[in-house]
Amino acid sequence: MADDALWCSHVHSGEERVNDGGVATVSSAEQAKVEKNVGAMLSCFLNIGEHDSKEPLLERERHIAYLRRGLKHLPEGFVSLDASRPWLVYWAVHALEVLEARLTEAEASAIVDFLKHCQNPKGGFGGGPGQYSHLAPTYAAVNALVIIGTKEAYDAINRETLQDYLWTVRTEEGSFVMHEGGEVDIRGVYCAVSVARLTNISTQGLFAGTPHWIMRCQSYEGGFSGAPGMEAHGGYTFCGLAALTLLHAHHLCDTPALLRWAVNRQMRFEGGFQGRTNKLVDGCYSFWQGGLFPIMHTLLAQEDAQNLSGEHWMFNQEALQEYLLVCCQHSRGGLIDKPGKGPDFYHTCYTLSGMSVAQHFITTAIHKKCIVGHASNELIPVHALYNVGVEAAVMASQYFNNLPVPPSRPGSCEEEGKGQS
Amino acid sequence: MGSTAKTEDTPRQAPAEDQDDGQDGSSDGEAWVLYRDRKEWADVTPVPQDDGPNAVVKIAYTDGYSDVYDYLRAVVKKGELSERALYLTEDAINMNAANYTVWQYRRKILKNLASNLEQELNFCREMIEMNPKNYQVWHHRRVIVEWLGDGTKELRLTEIIFSQDAKNYHAWEHRQWALRTFKLFEGELDYVDRLLEEDVRNNSAWNQRHFAITQTTGFTAEVIQREVGYTKAAIAKVADNESPWSYLRGVVQHCEGPLGGVGELGAWCQTLHDDGQRSSHLLTFMLDLMEDQMERQPDERPSLLKRCIEMCESLATEHDKIRREYWRYIERNLSHRFGA
Repeated sequence: MADDALWCSHVHSGEERVNDGGVATVSSAEQAKVEKNVGAMLSCFLNIGEHDSKEPLLERERHIAYLRRGLKHLPEGFVSLDASRPWLVYWAVHALEVLEARLTEAEASAIVDFLKHCQNPKGGFGGGPGQYSHLAPTYAAVNALVIIGTKEAYDAINRETLQDYLWTVRTEEGSFVMHEGGEVDIRGVYCAVSVARLTNISTQGLFAGTPHWIMRCQSYEGGFSGAPGMEAHGGYTFCGLAALTLLHAHHLCDTPALLRWAVNRQMRFEGGFQGRTNKLVDGCYSFWQGGLFPIMHTLLAQEDAQNLSGEHWMFNQEALQEYLLVCCQHSRGGLIDKPGKGPDFYHTCYTLSGMSVAQHFITTAIHKKCIVGHASNELIPVHALYNVGVEAAVMASQYFNNLPVPPSRPGSCEEEGKGQS
Repeated sequence: MGSTAKTEDTPRQAPAEDQDDGQDGSSDGEAWVLYRDRKEWADVTPVPQDDGPNAVVKIAYTDGYSDVYDYLRAVVKKGELSERALYLTEDAINMNAANYTVWQYRRKILKNLASNLEQELNFCREMIEMNPKNYQVWHHRRVIVEWLGDGTKELRLTEIIFSQDAKNYHAWEHRQWALRTFKLFEGELDYVDRLLEEDVRNNSAWNQRHFAITQTTGFTAEVIQREVGYTKAAIAKVADNESPWSYLRGVVQHCEGPLGGVGELGAWCQTLHDDGQRSSHLLTFMLDLMEDQMERQPDERPSLLKRCIEMCESLATEHDKIRREYWRYIERNLSHRFGA
């Protein structure tokens, strides 16, 4: 592959570097530092001897080994995630799924059993055994079980009590607290909507008012914030858009403004995404921002199909993959935020999910691949609304849509008996 | 997610040594005494964590960690809401400030004991300073301040955090909540102004400016004029800075008339362009102005559309190459909407 076929060959000219216009501030100084580190890695990659193919390689086996290790045991330093253990499971299981590393039956069974220990009698999952239920680990546990995809895994989810639990964390206006007595933010909404849709327990009353609450979070910049009034942010924007879409309320969204904000989050020098305006690139936003594009594409196709590309998402899919492959793979396995950082499950999960989005342009009619580097870099496609493999999402929907929606609480209205995916 | 549950890289705090004075006779500097070796806890049977026989993501807890959490589980199980249980939650929080269950249980104890909440605020401030990117510490702060009904310390607290990290999302959310709940908006624009003086690229501060105005005067014609002037000055300082351009769009969207007429933005942008400024943010804004004009004046569409297409082209191939796909789309979309 010739240098000039790669986005990152711009480092030779330096023309994509940020120019601080002679006014250096904390933001521009930090940005310059990152560009220096990223630039050094990109140059080093481009300067490999001429006989090399210059095809960046995904170190698949190394990442798989890293994930498998951690799925069993984690060092002491992980106690800071002791209230996020279903997250650790989901990050690892999803990353392994995307890498096409199969779990053994015993491994899958052990995971299901552990997650059952995190499930509470009154519904929902806690951050570990004996911890109160919380929407984030509930989302993580449900996604992990959906990825495992066995009947044992599906049936581990108590759908009746899960629905009860969602009622207990719903606020009057339709937002959600993360746990009883906990904070309200848009993550809660997304986690609640996602698990309710996936497992087909959603009723109309459960999400009454929710789309309007979400819309209060679309900021003047076009992205969504964690709570009304706050700054547009990648993770929260994903939560807002995915939840709106799952609730069939995307018509409320100012999509052109969102699109403008989202495209501008891709960094012209690094190729990766930042989370907010004038912040630094971070590998995890490959999914939080990158995952917006398939969703927006579907929304735009409903009104503006004739102008949409039939081959590409509206971000630079090649540049993102180059950033991830060249700058975000840790030598001991696992992927990272940016050069100089250590690997963790969270970043490994979301960098790979984002890379998958960048590799696969998929609409109802078209599947066009865009694999940067060696053909072996190809990952499985992910379902952007849930962030589980497409196949896992489809299988789970089939399974749960054949089960009746648990009867809603008295006073709330019944919705359609069938869910959607 | 900066996100749904982004990992924090803050190191774990060792058990604090100055909080169990009078509990077990230990004093500063002395070795940590495990709960199972403390006389005053002899009546309690610790409850080990039930991971089941096939545990995954098994964390290598230290002995001290397991000990504290075994006793915590025991306390929660029997519903003990005592003074000693309060101290125990403090140790548990020091070891893992992200354990929301412990925080929630602590609040239950505080309520039951009718504890001194001013003291709790101090503890919470220390926890915030040690874990400024943790959801639980900020939520706890909010609940305690709500119970006290006194928000006078909150702005100062967030300012301490901003002096380390002027974009801390949790701190901004806390500040917005305090401003709104206790009606403290007086002086907020001055504060934002100071932050923007320090770093004109601080997008959180620009967002806060928008928030403060929305919550107070709203974007009246007068405010719009003032804000357009303010933003132009910021862009004059650094033109290739997305934050003020975005803010400008947020301001002028409250106008009814042609956008290019507000504060003579059309002419002003053209001057920047004539002076050779090619920041993609300037070009994008000019494109917005032309789009607005095409909406309003159908007879000018052919000439404006031609300029728009040229602008998209120069963005796609020269000034904003990374967003080529987007600019191609905008080009097609505009042609479709405004073409013959």
